[in-house]
Amino acid sequence: VYGRVKGVTIVGVRGHPVVVEAHIGRGLPSLTLTGLPGAAVQDARDRIRPAVESAGLEWPLRRIVVNLSPGSLRKDGPGLDLPMAMGVVAASAQVPRERLAHYAFAGELSLRGSLVSTPGVLSVAIAAARAGLEGVVVPAANANEAALVEGLRVVGAGGLAEVCGFLRGTWEPPVPQAQEESQPAAHAVDFSEVRGQEQARRALEVAAAGGHNVLLVGSPGAGKTMLARRLATVLPGLSKHEALEVTQLHSVAGLLHEGSLVGIRPFRSPHHSISLPAMLGGGSGFVRPGEVSLAHHGVLFLDELTEFRRDAIESLRQPIEDGRVVVTRMIGTVEFPARFTLVAAANPCPCGYEGDPRRHCRCPPTRVQQYRQKLSGPLLDRIDIRLVVPRLSKRELLGGSAGEASSAIRARVEEARERQRHRYEALGFPCNAQLPGPVARRTATMSAGGRDLLARAVDTLALTGRGFDRALKVARTVADLAGVDEIGADHMAEALSYRLDLSEGSLARAG
Amino acid sequence: MDLIAERGGLLVFCEVKTRTRTGFGGGHDAVTWIKQRKVRQLAEAFIASERPRYQSIRFDVASVHVGSRGWDVEVFEDAF
Repeated sequence: VYGRVKGVTIVGVRGHPVVVEAHIGRGLPSLTLTGLPGAAVQDARDRIRPAVESAGLEWPLRRIVVNLSPGSLRKDGPGLDLPMAMGVVAASAQVPRERLAHYAFAGELSLRGSLVSTPGVLSVAIAAARAGLEGVVVPAANANEAALVEGLRVVGAGGLAEVCGFLRGTWEPPVPQAQEESQPAAHAVDFSEVRGQEQARRALEVAAAGGHNVLLVGSPGAGKTMLARRLATVLPGLSKHEALEVTQLHSVAGLLHEGSLVGIRPFRSPHHSISLPAMLGGGSGFVRPGEVSLAHHGVLFLDELTEFRRDAIESLRQPIEDGRVVVTRMIGTVEFPARFTLVAAANPCPCGYEGDPRRHCRCPPTRVQQYRQKLSGPLLDRIDIRLVVPRLSKRELLGGSAGEASSAIRARVEEARERQRHRYEALGFPCNAQLPGPVARRTATMSAGGRDLLARAVDTLALTGRGFDRALKVARTVADLAGVDEIGADHMAEALSYRLDLSEGSLARAG
Repeated sequence: MDLIAERGGLLVFCEVKTRTRTGFGGGHDAVTWIKQRKVRQLAEAFIASERPRYQSIRFDVASVHVGSRGWDVEVFEDAF
């Protein structure tokens, strides 16, 4: 009359073990659910009886109480359908208990008793491994995903009947394919498709090498989106650990298509009408990761930066600073990782043609001023590399020569990253962009020429303290790409060219 | 009130529901909380007027299903 099954609920990206108890007692047939169930778990109340009956199992016509422990933790998500159903099945002694205790169960049930693809299975598997369980029983559609966790037996079942067959020893699941050897998915785009734009290509290479954020300013059609999309292709390859993190986030968001490891750096480009919860993560009840977390270890592209809501732009400060985002909802506080490279794009003025040599800008100067003001502020302070993307000349448009391929650029980027890793190993920073100002000043070694140029820039360009640090960090990356330890005058000059002052004058001059 | 039984100090009030078809659920499904309240009130009235000797009380529901091949009874002890 008592059954006990292990399940997992997901808070943020982390799985938390949940013990599902079922008790069958005397009384009129009913099903009571206790232990802080969220909306999706409440739903399961009416779903598991038809599922159990459709699977050819008996639903006990007694008073059933299902309890989810620990009682202080709010449980949400459809993943608890299966452990709840199995709790009732176990309590009515329809399956043997030997295997039951050593597995965690997760999956959404259909009314016909089949298991449907469920978000967050990877997090479930990680939690099960951490709890020292032998394995997990999950929907067959999510078996490959769970199999990414090493040392865990994965049972991918099509439905309740198979789950019971497994517990009785009458059905053995197919072994999920280990997919580590399968080649990583290729990016759909490549830098070789970009014609011209030498300065922008170079700037993005520097951005990738040092992990710097980028602002691209240019007329419509100049190629800002095209360039941004290709930044993800020149970032260093994902490590196994990073790939798991990305996969886990995408799994929780329900975006994992074939249930396989996300092998390439994500590129996310939310529309400018995006709401705050969609950007940072949220939702009532089950808290989903937002765009900043879906872009974790990849690129977050904000096209038409000036069109985004002010609070959405401001909200990016925390993730850019900390590499994580803390979402506070009614049910409590949830934390998601969110370390991304930001690429923002904007037109130079409301009509888009200010500074364009061919088309005339029709905006009154005051409007341009207002527009530029939107481009300033705290977010821009955190963008190290800013440049103008000019429209292509006739020669560049017609000239068919393909640019350098992403793979060649990526090789240089990886080398530069290796130098940074080596240098900052003891300090715990992965790349130049993430260095705090004082550390950058302490660790950078400059040649006399480089130091002199920077000193003059403080006067002539009116560099602020933060602007000084930015120039220094970018110069450090340029030197790393060149493979030298000392920042020379030419490295500093290039770094200073990536600081676009939007507050004054025409971009034709600035660019 | 359909049945009142007593044994060894246990007083049982039993509601009997009969169904010939289960298309709308079994007999036990017909015992709603309104019906349950009514049975409790009747039990109180019975105890007040008849003053039976008892140690404990239990409410049962007997669900009787009458089919073409006879009938069967399912008793839900301690139903509410």
